[in-house]
Amino acid sequence: MEVTLSILLGFMIIGAIFALHAKDLLSAVIAAGIVGYSLVICFLLLKAPDLAIVQVVVETITLIIMVAVVLDSTREELKVKIDTQQIFNISLAFIFMLALIFFFVQATDMLNPFGQHSLRMASAYVGETAAKTGSANLVTGVLFDFRGYDTLGEATILFTAAIGVLTILRIKGKK
Amino acid sequence: MSLIVKKVAQLITGFIFLYGIYIIVHGHLTPGGGFAGGAIVAGAYILQTLAFGRDTLLLKKKETNTSLSESISILIALMLAGAGFFIGTKVFFNNYLPTGKIGDLVSAGTIPLYNIFIGIEVAAALLTIFLALLIYKEEIEE
Amino acid sequence: MIVYILCFVLFLVGLYGVITRRNLVKIVISLSIMEFSIFIFLALIGYIDGGIAPIITGQDINPTYVDPLPQAMVLTAIVIGLATTAMLMAIAIRLYRKYGTFDIREIKNLKG
Repeated sequence: MEVTLSILLGFMIIGAIFALHAKDLLSAVIAAGIVGYSLVICFLLLKAPDLAIVQVVVETITLIIMVAVVLDSTREELKVKIDTQQIFNISLAFIFMLALIFFFVQATDMLNPFGQHSLRMASAYVGETAAKTGSANLVTGVLFDFRGYDTLGEATILFTAAIGVLTILRIKGKK
Repeated sequence: MSLIVKKVAQLITGFIFLYGIYIIVHGHLTPGGGFAGGAIVAGAYILQTLAFGRDTLLLKKKETNTSLSESISILIALMLAGAGFFIGTKVFFNNYLPTGKIGDLVSAGTIPLYNIFIGIEVAAALLTIFLALLIYKEEIEE
Repeated sequence: MIVYILCFVLFLVGLYGVITRRNLVKIVISLSIMEFSIFIFLALIGYIDGGIAPIITGQDINPTYVDPLPQAMVLTAIVIGLATTAMLMAIAIRLYRKYGTFDIREIKNLKG
């Protein structure tokens, strides 16, 4: 189990690195698709079928939007020369990485090994969701009952994003 | 698009649409729910539009409809949540309908209703974003 | 423990892309890679050895379910990720139409 997940994650890292260094924007977008679709298999292995269904559809729609944008503009990657600004950016990135690695090492002391119980709330949610909401799918029960505010906020964000896209992409005003 | 793409899209779209509706309605029993089902329904419409639609006027009409249905469904979801204030214990997002037996299609109180309206909202929002991109592309080419 | 470390490496790859790339499309791709690493991290925390998917079927005796709470949170986060990606892509294509390039440094120099 852990070995399979490690191989998939390594595959995702290779795909991500290729997406950042590709010379063609279309191949960069498709390499980002590698990462997304590997994530679907990871979710299936981790016993999360809800997430797998959502991720496979959402990844497809994201790819459609990204490919439409890339085909509509340009496919060529910029020709970047290494100058002082670029060196400064790269060193800044490594400083950020070192700081994050420091915090990660600190945080892993608190983390249980993979496959062990990590969150204390889990037993309460697993035990009482079915009895209190009557929903056989516990994820839906948590999502629409105990954490209804999360769902409402998510729907609001989606609504705002749709309005924002409409506003940004409008050329001629509506009468 | 070519004839093959049009024919296959014609044959498949209905099944994808039905599958999306199944996922939405059975959200409290099987994996899935409003988000997944809504995205699948939006995918069916996107397939149809990619295969057939090139008429800007029609696309604009469609976009008005999706924008409207998105707004209405999120309003209804908000009102369902707000109705909890007036029925039973006065809590926002109160599950005030009877929960029934676990595993039945009609059970779990208000959760199926939320599923349906969130599903419509997600489908309409994704479709609005896609149609806005398409209309922008058409207007640039003019 | 190795899965957590690989997950963190994926996050670092995304961070490196956001800071060092100059192409707007690649910055959006790096942001979505960071998002993916967070999703998989939350799903890993919720996993329990020998657990089954959190759906009650009534056929298992004394089942162990994986934790439904991180899954519910990731479910909302995935759709929000799609919304932000679409919005960023709309901004990117609008900037390309105005300035004729995806290079953020040139766009910065051309302002005014």
